[in-house]
Amino acid sequence: MEEKTKSLPTDLRMEANPPPRLLRVLTVVTILGFAGTLALGLKVAGTDIQQGEIQRIFYIHMPSFFGAFTAFGLTVVGGVIYLARKSERWDRIALAGVEVGLAFSLINLLTGSIWARPIWNTWWTWDPRLTSAAIMCLTYAAYLMLRAGIDDPGKRRAFMSVYGILAFVTVLITLFIIRIVPETIHPVIVGASPQNAQGGFEATSGVVIALVPSLLLWLTLMPITIIWHRVRLEARIEKLHQLKLQALSE
Amino acid sequence: MKTPFINSVAAIIGKDLRAEMRARELVSVMALFALLSILVFSFALELDREAREEAVSGVLWVTLIFASLLGFNRSMAQERDQGNLDALLLAPISRAAIFVGKLLGNFIFTLIVALAILPLMTALYGLALLDGWIIVTTTLGIFGFATIGTLLATMTVQTQAREALLPIAMLPIALPFLLTAVRATKGVLSGAPAAEWQGPLGMLAAITVIYLVLCLLLYEYVLEE
Amino acid sequence: MSDERALIDVENLSKAYGGMPVLRGLNFHVRPGEFVALLGANGSGKSTLLRLLSGLSKPTTGAIRVGGWEMPGEAMAVRAQIGLVTHQPLLYQNLTARENLDFFGKLYGIGREERDRRITDLLRKVGLRKRADSLVRTFSRGMKQRLSIARASLHQPDVLLLDEPYSGLDQAAIERLDEILFAGLDAGRTIIMSTHQLERVPRSAGRALVLSRGRITFDDATGSRDMSEIYRSASA
Repeated sequence: MEEKTKSLPTDLRMEANPPPRLLRVLTVVTILGFAGTLALGLKVAGTDIQQGEIQRIFYIHMPSFFGAFTAFGLTVVGGVIYLARKSERWDRIALAGVEVGLAFSLINLLTGSIWARPIWNTWWTWDPRLTSAAIMCLTYAAYLMLRAGIDDPGKRRAFMSVYGILAFVTVLITLFIIRIVPETIHPVIVGASPQNAQGGFEATSGVVIALVPSLLLWLTLMPITIIWHRVRLEARIEKLHQLKLQALSE
Repeated sequence: MKTPFINSVAAIIGKDLRAEMRARELVSVMALFALLSILVFSFALELDREAREEAVSGVLWVTLIFASLLGFNRSMAQERDQGNLDALLLAPISRAAIFVGKLLGNFIFTLIVALAILPLMTALYGLALLDGWIIVTTTLGIFGFATIGTLLATMTVQTQAREALLPIAMLPIALPFLLTAVRATKGVLSGAPAAEWQGPLGMLAAITVIYLVLCLLLYEYVLEE
Repeated sequence: MSDERALIDVENLSKAYGGMPVLRGLNFHVRPGEFVALLGANGSGKSTLLRLLSGLSKPTTGAIRVGGWEMPGEAMAVRAQIGLVTHQPLLYQNLTARENLDFFGKLYGIGREERDRRITDLLRKVGLRKRADSLVRTFSRGMKQRLSIARASLHQPDVLLLDEPYSGLDQAAIERLDEILFAGLDAGRTIIMSTHQLERVPRSAGRALVLSRGRITFDDATGSRDMSEIYRSASA
C-alpha cells in the first residue's frame, strides 16, 4: 500500500493544464473591470444628498444580485443540457453556478445589511424581499447539502440537475415578490418604487454612470470568469478522485 | 406492448389506497401530527377565539406543509423499502404514469387530512374556515405540495440521509405555494372583497400548473440511473 | 458477431459508476431455453449485469438486445419479456399475496379474467394457495421469495433473471424454491441465475458464465465438469 502511493505509475499522474488563452484574457479584463467600476462608484459618482457615502454600497449591492441571477441561470442551463446529453462538463457548470451564485447572493445580503443599518436603523428586517432573498440562499445551500448526500455519481448529477432547475423558482420569486406581497419597504431604483419603500434615491446621471458598467460587469464577466475557473477546478478534483480509485483498485 | 397510461395510473392509485386502508400508516400519522401542530401553535402563539385571521391562516398552512412532508416521505419509503421502485420500473409503463399515480395518491391522502382539520380549526378559533373558497385554495395548495413533494421525495428516498433531506429540499421550493395560499386564505377569512384575494388565488393556480408541467418533464430523470 | 438464434445479445457491454469500471467489455449470447449460471465473487459485477439486462440501468457503452429489441431505446418492449427476481422481494408489505400479484398483473396490462386465472394457477404452483389472502408482511423470507417468483412469472416472460435468489433462505426453503423454479414452472423458459455459492448451482444449469473483476473469464457448457474446478480456474 505504502509503496503504491509513493511511486504512482506515470499514466496516473495529472498532467499540467494551463488555463486557455481566452480564460486568461477574461480574468485580466474582469479584474481591471472590477477596479474600474469601484473607481466609478467611489470617486466619479456624486455623494447622495440624503444618504451620504453609504449610498455608494448600492453599486455593489444591486449588481451582485444580478451576478447571482446569471450564475443560477447558468445552473439551469447546465442542468437542462446535462439531462439531455449526460455530459459531465455541464453538470460541473451547474455546480459552479450554484457556488458562485451563492457567494454573490451572500455579498448581496451583506451589503444590503450594511446599508440598512444607518438607513432603516436595523441590520435586518422581515421584509418580504429580504426574506425571500434569504430563502433563495437557503435553497442553494440545500442544493449543496443534497448533493453531498448522494453517493452514486450518475444519480447525483441527474438529481442535482433537476433540483437546480426547480431552485431557480426562488430566484424568480425574489425578483417578483413585490407583485405577490406588495407591502415591502425595499426600494426599487428602476421603475416605480412601492409606496412604502424607504431609502430610495433618484437615478441621476451620476448614479447611472457608476451603476450601468458595474451592472454589466456583474451580470456577465464576473460570474462567467469565476465559474469557468471553478469548472476547471472541479474537473481536476474529479480526475484526482478517479485516479485515487484507480490506484486503489489496481 | 405498453400498458395504457390511465390503466397504470389507476392501478398505482388503487394499490396505494388499498395498502392505506390495510395499514393506515399515512393518513393517521399525518392527521395526528396536524392535530398536535395546531394545539402546539395555539399554546405557543396564545391563539384564542379572537385570534387574528392572519395568524390562523399561517398556522393552517405551516401545519399542512409539515404534515404533507411526513406523508410524502412515508409514501415513497413504501416504494423503496422492499425495492418496489425497481418493480415499478420493470413494468412496461411510462415513467409519467408512476409520477401521476404517486402524485394523485399523495394528493388524496393529504387532502383528507386537510379537510379534517378545517372544521376542527373552525371550532377552535371561531373563524369561518369551511368557506367554499378556502376549500378551493386548500385543494389547490395541497395539489401543489403534492407535485413538488412527489418529485423530491422520489429523489430523497434514494439518498443516504433519506427522510431528513425532504424538508430541506422541499420547503424553499414549495414557498410560492405557501405564500400565495396563505394570502388567499387570509383574504377570504377577513371577508375582504374578492378582488383582493383573487389575485393570489389565480397566482396559486398558475404556479401549480407550471410546477406540474416541470415535474412531469423532469420526473423520468429522478428514476433512471 | 451477432448470433441469429440468440434471444439475448450482449456486445462489448461496459458499465462504469463515476469512472469506476464495473463491467469491462462483455460479449455473450444466450439462446432460447438456455439455463445460464452466472458465477463470480461479491463485487464481480453479477448484479450490475442483471440490472442492465433487465433495463433497470443503462450501459455506459455497448449494446444489449433482447428478442431483437435494442436497449435502452426499445426498453419498453424488452420489459414486457423479462421477469426479475432479486434478493429483495419487490412486494408490498401491506397488501395480500393475491393483491400484490393483481397489482403487477394490471401494470403488465393483463386482462381481468386472464389475470385471475394466472394468479390462482401461480399461487398454487408456488405453494401459497392457502396464504393467498394474508398480508405479505406476515410471510417468512422463503414465502416472500416464492411469491416473488410468481410476480416475476405472471406476465409469462421469455427470460427469467434471478439475482442471488437463495440469499437468506434456509435449506428447506432453498429446496422448495428449486422445485418451483425447475419443475413447477413451464419448461422452455430462458433463465440466467447469479450466485456466489457454487454448491447452489442447480444441475439443470447447462452453461456457466464466470465473471471476475468485470470480465468474463469462463463461458462454456458445464457438462460433467465440477463447478468448483471451473470456478477456481476461471477466477485465478
